Amino acid sequence: MNYNWNWHIFFEPNPTGAGTYLDLLVSGLVLTIKTALLAWVIALIFGTIVGVLRSLPSKTASWIGFCYVEFFRNMPLLVQLFLWFFVLPELLPRAAGLWMKQIPNAPFWTAAIGVGLFMSARVAVQLAAGIASLPRGQKQAATALGLTTGQSYRYVLLPMAFRIILPPLTSEFLNTIKNTSVAITIGLIELTGQARAMQEFSFQVFEAFTAATVMYLAINIIVVTGMRFLERSLAIPGYITGK
Amino acid sequence: MFANLDFDVIRRSLPYLFLDGMTFTLMLTGLAALGGLVFGTLIALMRLSSYRVLGRIAGLYVDFMRSLPLVLVIFWFYFLVPYIGQWVTGASRPIRVGAFTSTLVTFVMFEAAYFSEIMRAGIQSISKGQPAAASALGLTYAQSMRYIVLPQAFRNMLPILLTQTIVLFQDTSLVYVLSIPDFLGAASKVAQRDGRLVEMYLFAAAVYFVISCVASYGVRRLQARIAIVR
Repeated sequence: MNYNWNWHIFFEPNPTGAGTYLDLLVSGLVLTIKTALLAWVIALIFGTIVGVLRSLPSKTASWIGFCYVEFFRNMPLLVQLFLWFFVLPELLPRAAGLWMKQIPNAPFWTAAIGVGLFMSARVAVQLAAGIASLPRGQKQAATALGLTTGQSYRYVLLPMAFRIILPPLTSEFLNTIKNTSVAITIGLIELTGQARAMQEFSFQVFEAFTAATVMYLAINIIVVTGMRFLERSLAIPGYITGK
Repeated sequence: MFANLDFDVIRRSLPYLFLDGMTFTLMLTGLAALGGLVFGTLIALMRLSSYRVLGRIAGLYVDFMRSLPLVLVIFWFYFLVPYIGQWVTGASRPIRVGAFTSTLVTFVMFEAAYFSEIMRAGIQSISKGQPAAASALGLTYAQSMRYIVLPQAFRNMLPILLTQTIVLFQDTSLVYVLSIPDFLGAASKVAQRDGRLVEMYLFAAAVYFVISCVASYGVRRLQARIAIVR
């Protein structure tokens, strides 16, 4: 393979004039993590609301939940980001559209919200399945104790359901981290974007991508290990995964 | 709010969007799904084989691919495939590879990791008595896989395999990062040429939405029809 390997490239100054190529990649990594965390918070909030809607006995509520999920699941993430970034500001009233275009860090906010809403549909499906997997007696016991619907969700159903769906939620969180890389298309220079930038500046393609790959693997290992601890400490006694 | 939009631009670019763009997208989806299924099944068989080393290699490959974002994998293969081609053909310099070949290799390798997990679950869902009965009848390992286990595993997993193919169909839009005119890429080219971003992106979103909705409705119907009553 006639390729010019140069692993010292990471310690050479990058063309922005501030620090080395490694600093460039680390700043990308930080941006990936920030975007993913904000997106995950959004996904959990909206996913919980929609997941609960889907599990309610009311026909209207579950229909709204169904439409929400279908809307966000049947379009590629890339197209959704384009809709938020390019299309929405044009369709709003002039003043609001102008405001949206002038927000500093627009790619960051668009990416976090876009990825967050995209993932919220997946969280909603998992949560609805988690609630459906609970024995009917739990809801009935909550009602018999005099809890309102809101209270029975707050104190009985949701705490159980979230603990049951923790393993699939872990992989959805990992998907959120990976999906932030799609925001490269709206100009968010996160980890993949910085690797690409490094490749363009230095021509060391494979070193740049290897470093990004190693960083993604490291994030994965950290998240998986952390979640395993969380799963163990939150396991429901009496269930297969519990003590 | 739709006052100064020109939806005629869509009508004018329909032949380019569908004959060029959508054909590329569907070809890529179909071939990548087939290739992914074949390689995925092989990886699943490796993972379940009694040779520990094979299982470890397959497991590492799957975990590795599944922890990387697709965009990064697309970039990796875009730069790597010419070198792989040089190595395979023994040429003196990295060979020139077309956009379609490069993305097809990417998606086959990437999807194989996901399809292998589905096929592994499918193979494990077959009760132990079946391969045992097969070997009692004198069938070799290959024969029992070919005639007994894999057909049933494939049938059990068909809805999930098709759902994964719908995800793949949506994911092919990511070849946009290489400026390849798939359906979204074609829409984006027209959008930027004519300054009609709103119309083109809304139309592209609607087309993806309708195709995915119809396809997943079809999968649900199929699932109800082929479910084996046990």
